[in-house]
Amino acid sequence: MLQEESDLSLIIAQIVQKLKGSNLYTQLERQAWACLQRPEIRLESLKEDIKEFFKISGWEKKLQNAVYSELNVYPLPSHPAASPEHLKEPLVYMRKAQGSWEKRILKSLNSMCTELSIPLARKRPLGEQKELLSKWNEMGTDEPDLSHFRPVYAPKDFLEVLINLRNPNYENGDSISFRTHLGLIQVPLKVKNIPELKECFVELGLSTGQLGIDDATQVPPELFENEHVRIGQKVLAQQDSAAAQQYVRQGSPTALRAELWALILNISSQPEDILYYEQLKTNVIQHDLLVDSLIYKDVKLTASNDDYYFVFEDYLYQVLLCFSRDTSVLGHFAYNSASPPKSYIRGKLGLEEYAVFYPPNGVIPFHGFSMYVAPLCFLYHEPYKLYQIFREMYVRFFFRLHSISSHPSGIVSLCLLFETLLQTYLPQLFYHLREIGAQPLRISFKWMVRAFSGYLATDQLLLLWDRILGYNSLEILAVLAAAVFAFRAVNLMEVTSLAAAEAVLADLSTLKVMPLLQIFLFATVT
Amino acid sequence: MSRVLVPCHVKSTVALQVGDVRTSQGRPGVLVIDVTFPGVAPFELQEITFKNYYTAFLSIRVRQQSSMLTPGKWVTCLRDYCLMPDPHSEEGAQEYISLFKHQMLCDMARVLELRLILRQPSPLWVSFTLEELQIYQQGPKSPAVNFPKWLSHPVPSEQPAPLHEGLPDPSRVSSEVQQMWALTEMIRASHTSTRIGRFDVDGCYDLNLLSYT
Repeated sequence: MLQEESDLSLIIAQIVQKLKGSNLYTQLERQAWACLQRPEIRLESLKEDIKEFFKISGWEKKLQNAVYSELNVYPLPSHPAASPEHLKEPLVYMRKAQGSWEKRILKSLNSMCTELSIPLARKRPLGEQKELLSKWNEMGTDEPDLSHFRPVYAPKDFLEVLINLRNPNYENGDSISFRTHLGLIQVPLKVKNIPELKECFVELGLSTGQLGIDDATQVPPELFENEHVRIGQKVLAQQDSAAAQQYVRQGSPTALRAELWALILNISSQPEDILYYEQLKTNVIQHDLLVDSLIYKDVKLTASNDDYYFVFEDYLYQVLLCFSRDTSVLGHFAYNSASPPKSYIRGKLGLEEYAVFYPPNGVIPFHGFSMYVAPLCFLYHEPYKLYQIFREMYVRFFFRLHSISSHPSGIVSLCLLFETLLQTYLPQLFYHLREIGAQPLRISFKWMVRAFSGYLATDQLLLLWDRILGYNSLEILAVLAAAVFAFRAVNLMEVTSLAAAEAVLADLSTLKVMPLLQIFLFATVT
Repeated sequence: MSRVLVPCHVKSTVALQVGDVRTSQGRPGVLVIDVTFPGVAPFELQEITFKNYYTAFLSIRVRQQSSMLTPGKWVTCLRDYCLMPDPHSEEGAQEYISLFKHQMLCDMARVLELRLILRQPSPLWVSFTLEELQIYQQGPKSPAVNFPKWLSHPVPSEQPAPLHEGLPDPSRVSSEVQQMWALTEMIRASHTSTRIGRFDVDGCYDLNLLSYT
């Protein structure tokens, strides 16, 4: 009992410490001062009366949402003897692997810098600043010469690193034994099996209504859809984050989705947030970063070529360029196994007072990074709102898809979960694909790293991301990847090469996500 | 509750195995670590902290000083404490753990020696052990503060002089002042940990190359 109480007080102290620096704290303080004028506040019971006032005026709900958000994002306080590195990633060999991967990225960026003789960062001359400011809303019309730039890395490079990940304490042996994994991932992380997934994703079951299944045209809306929309409106009226998160597990109606996601991510656009975004925009205009060219190249290569997302090209620049300048993103490195790259002001190498992070937010974009933002453009139309939502989604979910960690939602666990599900429930297909040299992970890795963005139709993708938010976990991506393979199993059994297998799975745009998931989890005979 | 580190001597691990270690194929699944406390009087154990390294189950036996002249018997104080929920996977494999007095099966007074029995039934791991082992005993209680005599033995209050009519009730005023003092103390103790948000150094962000360290 003693231990649980002290754990609880540690958690409370940590959350209070975090919230003290936030906007909400200042607002609550201001409200408390303002309400002192009210007649029902008496001096001798000041604390209780103010608490009562907060409850009635809805401020307690806002505080509850903020606390819920902190609990969802930040890991629990760890053992006092644990180092900060241990909090980022408890397994030593994974930390080392992430460190050497990061070094490779830094070397690649540095060599690009020296080859092209372009500085990592420079201050823009005033004329250029004015020009950029005037073109801010149409940066897509700019056609800079990006032929010399190449993306720092692509998902397939990252996959090679994950395939070579080894635990030195794990007895792999040279010959194939019961210890070798049949898939590509060779580290023994704990992943869920289907009974555990069924328990975890119980709201996706056959007897529960889902948007994506029970709102099809043949189904009369009185059966499920109308009631679900009504409940959604009620949740929004209550402004309760936890209720919204639970609600969205069954899918979110299109009209309510933008507000529901903002509620779950605890984003409320205050004037301070708009000012913050404007400040970031000023930073973009004043300083030119090498990373900007990488972002331009990535958007031109991926989102601009996509039938659904090319219209949002300008928005993508406005969000991603500002994202690179946002130092508040550095906070997420406390629980991310990755670390932000460091650099020194020119001429001051080695002096700690002149050490800075590069880029300011510590995140180097890779090929396909802009696809994390593109689907959100369908929901949010003001750049500052779109920016806030993307930033929150990145520091909660997307960062796990491109860093090496043992977290259950990390990309390594997702890959292992996918391979284990396929081996256990489709052993014949797995064996066949392995025999022809088409390891399934080689095909599904790119889907999972991008959270299926750019591969599914947008309405299906948004239904999938509803569940990511609802369950606060990325495991659904691995389950969907296995479900897609299960769906196309008959065709895949007939292919004889990796290229042919890729061709069978090249086009996912006609797939309906929720029926696939439901059948794989709840209706497959095991 | 304060705690004090007890200097201990951790002997090297001994594998328990049937047969000769060199010739047999399998790896031992049971290791024993003996912890002695040379030069320290028998103490009351408060906490044991360590970093796990792929140990699945831990048992602890303790030998206490008995009141009689014969040396104390070994008693099991922790039986099969699970460190890794699934011995074949990495969950819990490199975690920091603390074990407290109240989790033990027996009274931990007058400890002479400890014996930690580590078990790892899975054949997947090359080795397993515990690292950074630290034993703590209860620290001294905070020393009693000597209050001046007039504070600890207040003089019985005299009858106060009758107050003028317009003055407020003193007990109400004192409780209000007490509340406000508590609030100001709280505000004084608070401090934030927010960032400023600037990424440049004095307006300059001219960088050379990325650093590898």
